[in-house]
Amino acid sequence: MLYIIQTALELGFLYAPVALALFLSYRILDIADLTTDGSFTLGAAMSVTVCAAGHPILAIPLAMLSAAAAGFVTALLQTKLGVPSILAGIITNTGLYTVNLMAMGWTSNASLIKQRTIFHMFRDLGIGGSWYEIILAGVITVAAALLLVAFLGTRLGLSIRATGDNRDMVRASSINPTFTITVGLCVANALTGLSGALVGQAQRSANVNIGTGMVVIGLACLIIGETVLGRGSMLRGALSVFVGSMIYRLIYAVALSSKVFPIEAMKLVTAIIVALAIAAPSIKKWAAFQRRKAAARAGKGAE
Amino acid sequence: MLDIQNISKTFNPGTVNEKKALSGLSLHLEPGDFVTIVGSNGAGKSTLFNAIAGAFYVDEGSIRLSGEDITFKPEYRRSREMGRLFQDPMRGTAPHMTIGENLALAYLRTAKNQHAYFSRITKKDLAFFRDQLAKLDMGLEDRMKQPVGLLSGGQRQALTLLMSTMVPPKLLLLDEHTAALDPATAEKVLNITRDVVAEHHITTLMVTHNMHQALELGNRTLMMDNGNIILDVQGEQRNHMTVNDLLEQFRVGAGKNLDNDRILLS
Repeated sequence: MLYIIQTALELGFLYAPVALALFLSYRILDIADLTTDGSFTLGAAMSVTVCAAGHPILAIPLAMLSAAAAGFVTALLQTKLGVPSILAGIITNTGLYTVNLMAMGWTSNASLIKQRTIFHMFRDLGIGGSWYEIILAGVITVAAALLLVAFLGTRLGLSIRATGDNRDMVRASSINPTFTITVGLCVANALTGLSGALVGQAQRSANVNIGTGMVVIGLACLIIGETVLGRGSMLRGALSVFVGSMIYRLIYAVALSSKVFPIEAMKLVTAIIVALAIAAPSIKKWAAFQRRKAAARAGKGAE
Repeated sequence: MLDIQNISKTFNPGTVNEKKALSGLSLHLEPGDFVTIVGSNGAGKSTLFNAIAGAFYVDEGSIRLSGEDITFKPEYRRSREMGRLFQDPMRGTAPHMTIGENLALAYLRTAKNQHAYFSRITKKDLAFFRDQLAKLDMGLEDRMKQPVGLLSGGQRQALTLLMSTMVPPKLLLLDEHTAALDPATAEKVLNITRDVVAEHHITTLMVTHNMHQALELGNRTLMMDNGNIILDVQGEQRNHMTVNDLLEQFRVGAGKNLDNDRILLS
């Protein structure tokens, strides 16, 4: 049981920045950023490659920077070049496949055998005993979340939020939506890259498919968290991302250890969770309408 | 202040839907002018506003604001010096952000240093917002942490007005900004408008479909038809004008009766 909780906490923290990135791109900017899968892989690939070269700490910002560059390409396609936003993400994502292979030295797998990772370095400080991985992942990702919340309160952050909230208003205010969307997508992808970088070093490996389905998993975490905590301020949003991420990984860990359903089924379960959650308002509306129709018919019958 | 020279705009040129929305329109405003604009449906009132605000670039002619040529200046950069209110109260505020955050956005965007991307709202700013909100007399000063989506249309429009004028703009564009409100709220928003414009001597253009309002408010009245200004009255001539005179003048100028499905004559 303790093992399951430890796994859920660790994975919850490691993958939380992806949900945080989707909180920014999907919830705040109202853009479904399909670059996510590719930039997660890019983050992991960069992290493992740079770590293998002997720079585990430098690997993290480099991974974030390269993922931000991927976000920049997607933003450029949709703001300046008129590519529809979903397609812009798909195009970047497709191109990233090659870039990711390149980042790993033209192989589909890269692993760290003897190289020290940031997790080893932290363990050697002697903090946290067997919880050291969870503590380090927690500290880094919570710090990233707090920075994001602080950023969203600045002038630029408020402008990004307004861009997603009311495009009409933004057009008539002195906000340049091209700029705010670009910054927003770069920051979001940097967060996704951070997650990939941490996962890469924690697993001591990266492969070209590590990010597959990441955008839907991130959305699932976001939606689960918002269902539990409700929507509200930015701080609550960030908190719900962590709660959602933990719950999702708990389900994942239980599934993994108890064999309730095969772990291969996890992606299908995730997809169904996300589809149902996003479809919920429409389903509720349809159900209410059916009830009204039934009530009207029953009323007529009684007359 | 505002100097418009001979501007033209044609939508969908070369298609069956071709529409000449502005044809060689010129207009000069003095600082502190409060101009009301009336006109029939499709006369080009909103198109004129869009041209001034920069929602599109004009095909011909030039627009200058305080001596600066802004003909090809993008919309988001013009709006630092222009406030704009639309008929739809939903267009001017971000519904999921709080009243305080909306004000912060409006306040920070007019800040002197346009590159202070990471500037934040201080305690002093918040106190200033509170004072400003209290002036609206709608109890909004105690609801600064609530999302704007919870406000009524009138409250949102008053808030938008405050956001546009808190740091006085060089030019204020009001596009039938009280038309979607109930009469009592419209009156209130109009009074706030009058006070704010008078207090800061803001040069203002206001489109209205209320003929009485057009003559009562401001110091100058324009009538538009077919993409141009057909009547421009101010001073003594305007002071003696009645709504009937205005309608008669329109008939003479445009060669037809004023045709606006929302017109209010009283």
